[in-house]
Amino acid sequence: MSDDLIKTIFGRLTLESFPIHEPILVGTFIMVAIGGAAVLGALTYFKLWGYLWKEWFTSVDHKKIGIMYIVLALIMFLRGFADALMMRAQQAVAFNGSEGFLPAHHYDQVFTAHGVIMIFFVAMPFVTGLMNYVVPLQIGARDVSFPFLNNFSFWMTVSGAVTVMMSLFVGEFARTGWLAMAPLSGLDYSPDVGVDYYIWALQIAGVGTLLSGVNLLATIIKMRAPGMSLMQMPIFTWSALVTNVLIVAAFPVLTAVLAMLSLDRYVGTNFFTNTGGGNPMMYVNMIWIWGHPEVYILILPAFGVFSEVVSTFSGKRLFGYTSMVYALIVICILSYLVWLHHFFTMGSGASVNSFFGITTMIISIPTGAKIFNWLFTMYRGRIRFELPMMWAIAFMLTFVIGGMTGVMLAVPPADFQFHNSLFLIAHFHNVIIGGVLFGMFAGVNYWWPKAFGFKLDKFWGTISFWCWVVGFWVAFTPLYVLGLMGVTRRLRAFEDPSLQIWFVIAAIGALIIAAGIGAMLMQFYVSIRDREKLRDFTGDPWNGRTLEWATSSPPPAYNFAFSPVVHDLDAWHDMKSKKAERPTTGFRAIHMPKNTGAGVILAGLSTVFGVAMIWYIWWLAAVAFVALIATAIGHTFNYDRDFHIPAEDVVNSEDARTRALQQAGV
Amino acid sequence: MSADTHGHGHDAGHGHHDAHDHHGGAAHGSRREYWIGFILSVLLTAPAFGLVMTGVISDPRVTAGIVMALAMVQIFVHMIYFLHMNTKSENGWTMLALIFTAIIVLIVIAGSLWVMYHMNLNMMPGMGGEMSSGGM
Amino acid sequence: MSTTTQTAPGTAAPSYYDLDEHEHPPGASTMLGFWLYLMSDCLIFAMLFAAYGVYGGSYAGGPGPKELFELPLVAVNTTALLLSSITYGFAMINADEQNKAATLRWLAITGVFGAAFLSIELYEFSNLIHEGAGPWRSAFLSSFFTLVGTHGLHVTFGIIWLVTLMVQVARRGLEPANLRRLQCLSLFWHFLDVIWIGVFTFVYLLGVLR
Repeated sequence: MSDDLIKTIFGRLTLESFPIHEPILVGTFIMVAIGGAAVLGALTYFKLWGYLWKEWFTSVDHKKIGIMYIVLALIMFLRGFADALMMRAQQAVAFNGSEGFLPAHHYDQVFTAHGVIMIFFVAMPFVTGLMNYVVPLQIGARDVSFPFLNNFSFWMTVSGAVTVMMSLFVGEFARTGWLAMAPLSGLDYSPDVGVDYYIWALQIAGVGTLLSGVNLLATIIKMRAPGMSLMQMPIFTWSALVTNVLIVAAFPVLTAVLAMLSLDRYVGTNFFTNTGGGNPMMYVNMIWIWGHPEVYILILPAFGVFSEVVSTFSGKRLFGYTSMVYALIVICILSYLVWLHHFFTMGSGASVNSFFGITTMIISIPTGAKIFNWLFTMYRGRIRFELPMMWAIAFMLTFVIGGMTGVMLAVPPADFQFHNSLFLIAHFHNVIIGGVLFGMFAGVNYWWPKAFGFKLDKFWGTISFWCWVVGFWVAFTPLYVLGLMGVTRRLRAFEDPSLQIWFVIAAIGALIIAAGIGAMLMQFYVSIRDREKLRDFTGDPWNGRTLEWATSSPPPAYNFAFSPVVHDLDAWHDMKSKKAERPTTGFRAIHMPKNTGAGVILAGLSTVFGVAMIWYIWWLAAVAFVALIATAIGHTFNYDRDFHIPAEDVVNSEDARTRALQQAGV
Repeated sequence: MSADTHGHGHDAGHGHHDAHDHHGGAAHGSRREYWIGFILSVLLTAPAFGLVMTGVISDPRVTAGIVMALAMVQIFVHMIYFLHMNTKSENGWTMLALIFTAIIVLIVIAGSLWVMYHMNLNMMPGMGGEMSSGGM
Repeated sequence: MSTTTQTAPGTAAPSYYDLDEHEHPPGASTMLGFWLYLMSDCLIFAMLFAAYGVYGGSYAGGPGPKELFELPLVAVNTTALLLSSITYGFAMINADEQNKAATLRWLAITGVFGAAFLSIELYEFSNLIHEGAGPWRSAFLSSFFTLVGTHGLHVTFGIIWLVTLMVQVARRGLEPANLRRLQCLSLFWHFLDVIWIGVFTFVYLLGVLR
């Protein structure tokens, strides 16, 4: 075959694109291949493919989609954490002339992949998954507004994750840092496929994120149980509402700026180039207009989780509910007025810097108010130190420090010292681990019994908790110190041997965290093994206050046989205290959406399209794109999308619930 | 993407057992409304083009001001007569979403122009002049 | 929203379960959901406008708006889009009146106007590129082509959607699901009109003035 023909067929993809000369990657590949083959083999052996496809992959049930999101987040978390361990190890050994074990080319990909994966494919799916699972239950709905769209959104997120993972073994990932700042990410300085992987992974996943934001917004607005006014919505639902407003109003900005970057790379436009009138500073400006709201997209759901947890485990109504709601709304607007604090040092001058410095300090006020609300909720409460509550308390202690270092960074003159130093790294890990991740762990421990019908093992959970909290501080306190000494981020090797001890301590911290992750996996394993012992028959293991605890655990596909009627903010607590009778007769058929494989197919075609674009395989990109549009149009010709769960089925599962409740003596 | 729907929920704002709005609360226009909207938009578009193409007003800044004012009015006309925006459909949520979006749009456009103007002034000498003569 | 409970104190015990639920019509959230999507689309355009605002004067020694833009062409284009708006309105009114043939007729006319708009835009683009003023010439032209092109891309998808809906209406009639879809496209189509007001004002008219 002629070279031209091969180029037409395979684009940029050649045999050299496979990193067979990099031992670390080959080793990883072998491990992944063996592990993958084992999983696939087991699925085939136990004949689980049909079950997975019918009950999970094509499911439009918000509960199953929520769980799949969280599974995706946990899997990607292991990948992202492996990257973190490699960085900590590299920086701990690369002293005294040693270059460490990671070549620059690889190290740069590792820190980029770590950031991208942790934000887009761990934190985002975790948050989305939790909202997906909990929100419809909390508002007494039977599903989200657009169930098919929900399934499609999930698979688009998976498609993005698959694209990122593919870059590990085919070609390479971006070497630009997690925001792919121009002009480094332009064609001149990054001619390889790395940035293209970055762009397409984020664009594809971004479609999913945006649509799921629209979906949850419509759900919260339109599908609340009768009687539930806005100011009677559970606080987690409120935080989900504000989060999704931010998603819908921020992700288009990312889409637009990445589209401009791709035009620069594919068409040769001059948005962010140094020549032709382009301006790389505009890229920084625009990506942070998305980037700052994104921070709040991650943390607000965690705040919501903590509010629920603190209230439940203190046995009290949340203190200052109204102020919590207004704090959320204020944060929602203010988060669009602070973006420049990410680039004070770029030179916009005193007036601009002062404005954004002040707005940044202002935004810490509603956040601080929330901390006081949690403290006052605990005050004179009957606190039960279950796992979710432990995470919540660890969060408060950790997050306050992170918040305060954030205010330090908000002072423009001080920021000229801290900017791009390890101090900044320590700060945002302090708020993302101490805030978002602890929040998600609290959420998993809190809602696991709802999702699966049994509690998580407390022994291993406690070990994981302490490893995480201690490990976090051991890993990141040294980075604060190093940052104050002026060590900048993303360095691969160091000259000054006196710094080494701090990096070694940080690496030990990372290992303690690794133990925490191990203990958490052990916790899942032990809990599943001992599920009969940990079983909860009531559906309300924590003496909860909101509607998700009003139904069985796990809830039936239709969530509620009869829609609950809400009279109070803590609706379920109100129902329990007024001894509301659960109806046991008179069940009717329930109207529900049908499962569909269209989401999987559309997302699969998107992956093919993205990969073809990355490798310049134009014919394949065209084919995939046309197929994508055709499938989408074809799907709209399917008008038969609902069915009824027959009344007998409802009676059966509700009778089972009645027996379970009697057994539990409720 | 097609908006695949399965709303079986309640519209909480309506309270309980209220009559549901069967077309989802979207407002509809009449022929008269569409005609008013069309005529108004013609009356607003034509002068804008006319002013710029003929250059009757010698000061381009005045022309620019008038043209922008006409555009603003026309956006409102389209919102009211073609998109049927009002404060009642969907219990005011569409209007709320629109106002919120307008605020964010204003922040990101005005903010970007402000930030980039200062960036160019301080960091790219020579470009500031171009910016100040331009700018929308 | 008030926080008062629904039953006044002293009356019979409040009900906690909705025992007499009626089936809810599907699609109750569609219009709101689609509107929210449009708001997000609006922000994509906001960023493109911001980019045009920042790069509007960065000619890089190349041609500027005065040399490039032909206002008569833009006026014709604007007319086509405005006409398509009112014809879509007529289609919607006929759809509400369950007049299938008239709905299809007006939809077809709307599509023709949309296609005319696109052809003129493509003609303009190809002229510019032939004059050596393609999107790669300067940041000004990059942002111009991207902003106007993104709007054009939306119109293209609008036309594809319109044709799809015509087939669906022809096959299944003006049933509730199709009416809902027509309404969504109506929002989309009129929304593109609003964006176009911004484009012809800020890009073309003010561009020629600067």
